[in-house]
Amino acid sequence: MLKVYDLCKTYETQPLLNGISFVLGAGETICLLGPSGSGKSTLLRMIAGLEPLDAGQILWDGEDLSSTPAHLRDFGLVFQDYALFPHLNVFDNVAFGLKMKNWKSVEIRARVIEVLDLVNLRGFELRKVTDLSGGEQQRVALARALAPGPRLLMFDEPLGALDRALREELLAELRGILHRTGIPAVYVTHDQDEAFTIADRVLLLHEGQIVQQGTPAEVWSKPDSVWVAQFLGLGNVIEGNCRSQGGKSKGWEVETRFGIFDVKCGHPHQAGDKVHLLVRPRAAAGESNKIQDRVADVVFQQDGFKVRLDDGLYFYLKNEPKIGQKIEIKIKLECLG
Amino acid sequence: MMNRRVLLWLAPLTFLGVLFFYPFFRILAFGLSMETVKADNLQLVFHVLLFTFYQAFLSTLLTLLVGLPCAYLFSRFDFHGKSLLRALTTVPFMLPTVVVAAGFNALLGPRGWINIGLASLFNGLTHSPVPFSPIPFVGTLGAILIAHVFYNTTIVIRLVSHALSGLDPKLEHAARSLGADSRRVWGHVILPLLLPSILAASLLVFLFDFTSFGVILLLGGPTFATLEVEIYIQALQMLNLPLAALLAFIQLLCILIFSILYTRLATRVVVQSAPRSTLQHKAKTIRERIFVIAFCTLLFALFILPMLALPLRSVSSLNVLRGGGTPVLSGLTAGYYTELFINRRDSLFYVPPIQAALNSLGYAGATVILSLLLGFPAASALARPGRLERILDPILILPLGASAVTLALGFIIAFGRLLISPWVVPLAHTLVALPFVIRTLQPAIAAIPERLRQAAASLGASPFRVWQNVDWPILRRATLNAAAFAFTISLGEFGATLLLARPDYPTIPIAIYRFLSQPGALNYGQAMAMATLLMALTTAGILLIEKGRLPGTENLF
Repeated sequence: MLKVYDLCKTYETQPLLNGISFVLGAGETICLLGPSGSGKSTLLRMIAGLEPLDAGQILWDGEDLSSTPAHLRDFGLVFQDYALFPHLNVFDNVAFGLKMKNWKSVEIRARVIEVLDLVNLRGFELRKVTDLSGGEQQRVALARALAPGPRLLMFDEPLGALDRALREELLAELRGILHRTGIPAVYVTHDQDEAFTIADRVLLLHEGQIVQQGTPAEVWSKPDSVWVAQFLGLGNVIEGNCRSQGGKSKGWEVETRFGIFDVKCGHPHQAGDKVHLLVRPRAAAGESNKIQDRVADVVFQQDGFKVRLDDGLYFYLKNEPKIGQKIEIKIKLECLG
Repeated sequence: MMNRRVLLWLAPLTFLGVLFFYPFFRILAFGLSMETVKADNLQLVFHVLLFTFYQAFLSTLLTLLVGLPCAYLFSRFDFHGKSLLRALTTVPFMLPTVVVAAGFNALLGPRGWINIGLASLFNGLTHSPVPFSPIPFVGTLGAILIAHVFYNTTIVIRLVSHALSGLDPKLEHAARSLGADSRRVWGHVILPLLLPSILAASLLVFLFDFTSFGVILLLGGPTFATLEVEIYIQALQMLNLPLAALLAFIQLLCILIFSILYTRLATRVVVQSAPRSTLQHKAKTIRERIFVIAFCTLLFALFILPMLALPLRSVSSLNVLRGGGTPVLSGLTAGYYTELFINRRDSLFYVPPIQAALNSLGYAGATVILSLLLGFPAASALARPGRLERILDPILILPLGASAVTLALGFIIAFGRLLISPWVVPLAHTLVALPFVIRTLQPAIAAIPERLRQAAASLGASPFRVWQNVDWPILRRATLNAAAFAFTISLGEFGATLLLARPDYPTIPIAIYRFLSQPGALNYGQAMAMATLLMALTTAGILLIEKGRLPGTENLF
């Protein structure tokens, strides 16, 4: 079990990570989701022991890892650009970790074949790594990390360099392998689809801190802040003022430039407070809040239409409205604080 | 089109044909004739060849020993004075051999600083009547080796630190996460990937050490002779031209083999999949700090001390103690410099020594003009290569491979009596400088976009105006660079000039050589003064070149 307490890191006098703490249980896959440059890769390197900590602690099963050098931690790493050894073929790449542990050649051979089978690369042993396609190279990188039987796996945006179809295929395979082997994993990405597909728990990283964590469903349905809502693309974020409490739902009456809405909210507000509201982009049948406006633009998207209104809000609708048509949509509003 | 190309090549090819290829074939004819290839000659050739390989091999080994840690130092660490130190290590490569030899002489020679210091210490401590005998340096193999290391370390540093910086740091991270400690990361990942560049650097250093002339002659003394030196001895002192030609042929053969090996290796340098320069950091652990300080000190001692010793020595006057032995420092003097202007009755020259400086400058000027006149057409043709250029390109490299002494030998064998003219020297200098000039001009010319010229022409500019307004501004920098190259090479040229110069038209390197080979404090002092002068002139030339370094000329190797 991995416990990370209060990790801090400054990069060229600017704070990069500001008190990161989380726990990773057995067999769990967590995902660190955040924009590019938010320090996710640095965090992985710190856990791997490849980068020194400015502050904080890393514990594995209760034992402090600060005195353990990187090559003794038994944490596997998979990178975005694979980092395969160009002077070794597939077999030698995968066998590298086993050689470092001084395994006998017979055992090495058996294990390499077993692991290559796991990633669907049977028969690739003698190929040169520079001759392989992106997807094949990534599988070799995964096999290489898996071969020595690490106690933790860390993925640094491993699918970023691949095209969409390949990404989805590999993601599904990866999920299967992680479940089958039961190795706990930390997966870092800026792509939320990836994060939501693979993670048991998602940790959102913003300005050096974890601003929200939970299962994908939890994070999706109850965003904690404006930033989370915007980063995950959950919908339209609008501003408003609290007018008075009470009304049908015992929530707040909020005045916005799109209208006055009745919002149920658990935050301690006072009359006159400025709040941010999330307007989910799908029409909600049983809601009492409505919005009326003219259609500015309509774009076909997958199985519906993305409709943008004159006032700037967007919605996904099943039926195609005409541009310039005045429509009314029942909307679901949530308070973001 | 074809006609224009032929016109461009006319001048340079005629030049090369008459002054290089014709002498080259005469050398072959002389050296490979039946009388020359006989037992005693072959025995001499074999011994000389053996020694040449031996000293080149040792020098290369020592250069690697110094250069590899330095490459690591420069590519991984950040420290105060790093860029200065880095620039300093590249200066020796272009310094004339006589300057380097004089510098080491001034530091470690019998009248050099180390011995002077030790003598004062000795006399101060012991007050013994027995004079202090200086530590032997000049005339030992050690002197040759150390000068070679001084010259060629920069090659190792440049090539290897470039490769080291290009290594993806993620490869090391991956290796570490798979259980490799530092030693195994180096052994299993870094060194295998560096091997091609290390081998390429070694081969290049070996090539330079193999053809070394001035260092062997000036610091090795009469006991040591490489192929190059032996060619000189046989040609000028033994007057045995056929044997000299045979030696020249053997050397050319060896150079050809090594050059082919080198080009094979250079293409095999592994291209990194994601080249990004490793972040350099300040030394943190005690071990790292010791490493950085130790090697900075070593580099300082190796590269700066000899070059400081030289000018200091040229202004120091010494007193010989009662009873002889090593002299002691007594004060500063400008006497050696003023002496250069006087023509003593029994001097080694027929003219005041300062005349040598004027000759050198004159020859250098002529070399610049000649090599630019020949280099521009050749570079223009090469910049837009057609079928003709692909055949000619490797031919142009050949003079670069032939050593200067061999070039001069070719002159002597081919033109004999015509060598009375003092014009022979700048012609030889041009031959040596031409490849560098062409290689400097070519990328600049190639960089002028044809569309600019077309645009100018469509706006009404005549060919001359096009050249004036489009080509020249772009070429100005490159021309200055090429001129600086030719100037510096000509000033410092020693080997060919030694064979070809008339006694009454000496150049600075020849003057230094003559002064150093004669006894006496005055001669020694004048040698130091002239060497300091030459060092100042060539350093100015080098700085000019370095400042205007164009992308593309970095791969002169």
